[in-house]
Amino acid sequence: MDASWQGLFSGHLTTSFVELLRREAPDLLTPRLPAGPVAAGGATAGEPRGALGVPSGTTILALRYADGVIVAGDRQATEGYQVAHRRIEKVFKADEHSAVAIAGAAGPAIEMARLFQTELEHYEKVEGDGLSLEGKANKLAQMIRMNLPMAMQGLVVVPLFAGYDVRRGEGRIFKYDVTGGRYEEIDYYATGSGGKDARSTLKKVYRVAAGREDAVHWAVEALIDAAEEDVGTGGPDFVHGIFPTLKSITRDGFAEVPEAEVQAQCEAVLRDRRQERLP
Amino acid sequence: MPLPYYVSPEQMMKDKAEYARKGIARGRSLVALEYQDGVLLVAENPSRLLHKISEIYDRIAFAGVGKYNEFENLRIAGVRHADLKGYSYCREDVTAKALANAYSQALGNIFTEGIKPFEVEVLVVEVADDANGKNEMYHILYDGYIEDERNYAAMGGQAEEIRRFLKEQYREGLALPEALRLGVRALTVTQNKTLTDRDLEVAVLDRHRERRKFRRIVEGELRAVLGRPDAGDGARSMG
Repeated sequence: MDASWQGLFSGHLTTSFVELLRREAPDLLTPRLPAGPVAAGGATAGEPRGALGVPSGTTILALRYADGVIVAGDRQATEGYQVAHRRIEKVFKADEHSAVAIAGAAGPAIEMARLFQTELEHYEKVEGDGLSLEGKANKLAQMIRMNLPMAMQGLVVVPLFAGYDVRRGEGRIFKYDVTGGRYEEIDYYATGSGGKDARSTLKKVYRVAAGREDAVHWAVEALIDAAEEDVGTGGPDFVHGIFPTLKSITRDGFAEVPEAEVQAQCEAVLRDRRQERLP
Repeated sequence: MPLPYYVSPEQMMKDKAEYARKGIARGRSLVALEYQDGVLLVAENPSRLLHKISEIYDRIAFAGVGKYNEFENLRIAGVRHADLKGYSYCREDVTAKALANAYSQALGNIFTEGIKPFEVEVLVVEVADDANGKNEMYHILYDGYIEDERNYAAMGGQAEEIRRFLKEQYREGLALPEALRLGVRALTVTQNKTLTDRDLEVAVLDRHRERRKFRRIVEGELRAVLGRPDAGDGARSMG
């Protein structure tokens, strides 16, 4: 009898939506797959996948600028050597001051983003106050760790988490590995199949505490480079009117970079490239 | 060995109801008013941190009066219900009606089966998506009795008097400042004092907001609305 009320003090578990799901509806959580590989593709995010034919998200990036962070992604999902989707959205609003971008197996990744959103909102409502940015980053790490059995079988999910730390007054970027390892990046990071190419571009152009326009321009340029070098990544598509997705997170909160602005930047980058080719 | 007392079920229910009513009557009151952009909730609550009014889901808010730990438990249960349902189906599928029914069932069960009934009343409010839609307000009593209210609702110690006051004073399509002043006047109808922003907890479900319609009206904004001299209130503001 005397222990019954003591359970109430492990209340941090009762504010977690994931714990609630585990208790009330475990079938809604990530299924445990049977042993043995299900996908022919290696355990690297964004590599063409074979046997299972799972659509895979490709290039995402985040970079810091003067007012906060820009999070961006291309719009293509790739399935083996096919285009699975042309206008997939890979950058999700996690809450008012953070975003999660996803690369890897699209199905589990989108579900993870949705669960993460609910988790943050649930905590905020139950506690009456939001988690710290670091707390959110750690929570996401735990969710990636939950996905480890699936990752071992080829369904790798590696998100990028970025947000504006209201307490510190600056933007921050976190990257993850498949085991849920969490690492903070100082300036920028890109991941997914075209991640390396996007990083190379950012490495050359990036300057600390840049203005918004520069940051948007660099993000677009990095995604265009990734699309040029990586078959899985989709470039700006002027025929169908599909452009990379960019979000900014500042003290004022989460905002979409208007499509017209992204399109203008895409045109500017490509115009520069054409100029370079002229004699 | 003494014989166990026999208490008729009728008497037992009466006693329980009286017990719960007494508990609720000790607490301060709360009003909800429909205004032109949604629903306004005003409570007399000197605490900044222990809320009587809270967000449950995108379009749904919760308000409780009576014993704090009891309605706080109900609130958290409501958030769980809503988030679980929204996650497993879709955000639109979370409705105040289902939630109000769950509260009614829970309070009814506690009232009949528990030794002590909950000394609470709760209000579940859902704002309509557009101006033509109907807002929903469900008022659930300590014994699970449930009713849907229109235009205004009142709970707590002086609910009867407040309802009578609002019946005369309420008009449809009020703007927020007017509605807020009316709500505050309603709360003071039985008291001989003026409520300032420090004594009030105010929130709205504003249909013009994106996704999460719930918004608290705090300090500066609240003071700005209340500070404006209003017929009747201005004369007493020195008290």
